[in-house]
Amino acid sequence: MSEELIFEIAVSFFLVAAGVFGLVGSFGLVKLPDLMRRLHGPTKSTTLGVGSVLIAAMIYSYGWNGEIVAHQLLITVFLLLTAPITANFLAKVYMHRHVAKEDLPDASGDHGWSGYDTVPEEMKKIDTK
Amino acid sequence: MITFALWFAVACFALALVFNLVRLAKGPDITDRILALDTMFINGIALLNLYGIAEGTEVYFEVSMLIAMTGFVSTVAFCRFILRGNIIE
Repeated sequence: MSEELIFEIAVSFFLVAAGVFGLVGSFGLVKLPDLMRRLHGPTKSTTLGVGSVLIAAMIYSYGWNGEIVAHQLLITVFLLLTAPITANFLAKVYMHRHVAKEDLPDASGDHGWSGYDTVPEEMKKIDTK
Repeated sequence: MITFALWFAVACFALALVFNLVRLAKGPDITDRILALDTMFINGIALLNLYGIAEGTEVYFEVSMLIAMTGFVSTVAFCRFILRGNIIE
């Protein structure tokens, strides 16, 4: 098996995996019944799909031009870092709009739920105004 | 073989963009619309990178880096505006 064939199989595998994961993520966005469940598709599956595209691009540029390009890795790391932050913000917005404070379980922390309870006056280290 | 895989991936992400558009139009709540918009950004990055592989140039990776940043910042700005009524306090 020649070296070029191995690169070709690797790139094709990652491209097909990327397509399947991206499609599954967006299909979940359409199909699932409410937002807390819908969050799972785009934040996990689609991120993995884009990561696979970028890995395929890295293997492609290494196999055909012989150089490793850092851009793809940078985008992958950036997306992997920002996806959970986005999901957390969207879940907070959903709770802010749809879940009453009485329905929440006990936060079992010092401050209560962020977004519902304000920080106690003596715990404020910085001026938040 | 790569050509077929590339076309398969492009078709999948194009269909995924259509699904996102359906959720963007239908979405009962504003949160669903923000989520659909964020997913559209991510799928757009994937499509741009696939085009970059097909063309064999490196320019599109820098473009997709910019789009990733603006997508993240706009999603967070939307969410903060709904949560706090203000973006930068």
